[in-house]
Amino acid sequence: MNAVIAPTPDADDAYFWEGVARKKLLLQRCAACGQLRQPPSPMCSACNALEWETLEACGRARVYSWIASQHPTEADAAPRIVVLLDLEEGVRFVSNLVEIELEDVHFGLEVELVFVEYGEQTLPQFRPVAPGGPA
Amino acid sequence: MTRSIRDQAAVVGIGQTEFSKASGRSELQLAAEASLAAIRDAGLTPADIDGMGTFTLDTSDELLLMRALGIPEVNFWARAPFGGAGANTTIMQAVAAVASGAAKNVLIWRAFNERSGHRFGQPQDPGTTVGWNWYLPFGLDTPAKIYSLTFQRYMDAYGLTNEDFGRYTVVARQHAATNPAAWFYERPITLQDHQDSRWIVEPILRLLDCCQESDGGVALVITTPEHARDLPQPPVLIRGVVDSQLIHGHVMFNYYHDDLTRYDECYRAAERLWNLSGVGADEIDVVTIYENFSPIVFMQLEGYGFCKPGEARDFIRDGHIGLEGSLPVNPHGGLLGEAYIHGVNNILEGVRQIRGQAVNQIDGAEHALVAGGRGAMVLGRG
Repeated sequence: MNAVIAPTPDADDAYFWEGVARKKLLLQRCAACGQLRQPPSPMCSACNALEWETLEACGRARVYSWIASQHPTEADAAPRIVVLLDLEEGVRFVSNLVEIELEDVHFGLEVELVFVEYGEQTLPQFRPVAPGGPA
Repeated sequence: MTRSIRDQAAVVGIGQTEFSKASGRSELQLAAEASLAAIRDAGLTPADIDGMGTFTLDTSDELLLMRALGIPEVNFWARAPFGGAGANTTIMQAVAAVASGAAKNVLIWRAFNERSGHRFGQPQDPGTTVGWNWYLPFGLDTPAKIYSLTFQRYMDAYGLTNEDFGRYTVVARQHAATNPAAWFYERPITLQDHQDSRWIVEPILRLLDCCQESDGGVALVITTPEHARDLPQPPVLIRGVVDSQLIHGHVMFNYYHDDLTRYDECYRAAERLWNLSGVGADEIDVVTIYENFSPIVFMQLEGYGFCKPGEARDFIRDGHIGLEGSLPVNPHGGLLGEAYIHGVNNILEGVRQIRGQAVNQIDGAEHALVAGGRGAMVLGRG
């Protein structure tokens, strides 16, 4: 199991990591105009409202891009697949793919959310949708 | 009358230290040496400088550099944002200062021990920077990985392989091989050497696709065109300079525009630059391109309109960017071949080409484009 670097939440993203601890992927949504913003921002870029709420992501996404992330000084450690996703809600999100071999990753691959615990740290991760639909 | 910064400032002095992997002295000393060289090259003395600027990640304190140089009084200061993307932003700030009268002679510097000291290519320290929570826990910890998510999309869209990127590196190293100031002086490579270098992010970047880590300093002096005519060097006019950031953009994690196969900021910067300078892409004789990684050359050649989307591969393969080509790129060797002084050394090369003083001089160069992605300038003869 890879060791991961824990996030250091601040006032603008604490909601997200509190959600992750409860195994929910929360997206920030403007309470006035409904625009989603990921990464979050303290003010809505569309209407300048300060009020916001969270939307729990459905967990479905497609692979927009990916890389095999090899640690620069730990060449023998297994690479992690870092992925740039288009979440079904319409925002981009960086995460990792699990339960898949590197050579099976492709653009547009349908994936689903799963929470994985790396020691003390829980992370939202994604795995391929099983043939026949989500588990 | 519409105000414009076209032709409102000139580069009159350039200076640099040697480029190495271990300078053996402080970053402040490198800054002082490069700055003094630039001031002397301009035919000025430190007492003539009344404005100073650099950009983020430079550890040299402005007042300590001022003191080292013996500048008695400075009244204009600028420190640009954006890391390497701010290299050309410093010029925008200097132009604004001299064009407005806020300063007469502005010193711009960049100096660091980026190999023997803090290395940008190594993983980001945890918990140091706002905004990294979205990336660092997921393993996106080095610039090579961060940019590769974008490059992967570009490669797929147009069917490029890593070997295509290697063709740029071969050219950059060929140019560096005849530049005595370059770290890779007299060390050209073949495409096979490139393909034999180790993967950094497979199958996107190999070691020889990555810019160097370098120790060194560079500096420029910028003043008004009127003052430039009284100084010893051939004046190099800043015909136009632009710096285009777009909403939802990011200088490294630029993942939030719709289509990552095109460099949106670059297209916008190009449009503004040609309009501002009155110089077209077809009038550019030589180009320097900020290339932290080789694929960004391809995306900028397309963004600045030298070829259509997806055609940079053939443009480079067909030899256009060599010294004898239709559009020589990075005749000094660029950040891969000469040194990585955070892109500011690429501005100095543009100046030398217009002066006619470059070691790999492009005959008759009248217009140079210095492209740094979203920030760029056209240099021309004064």
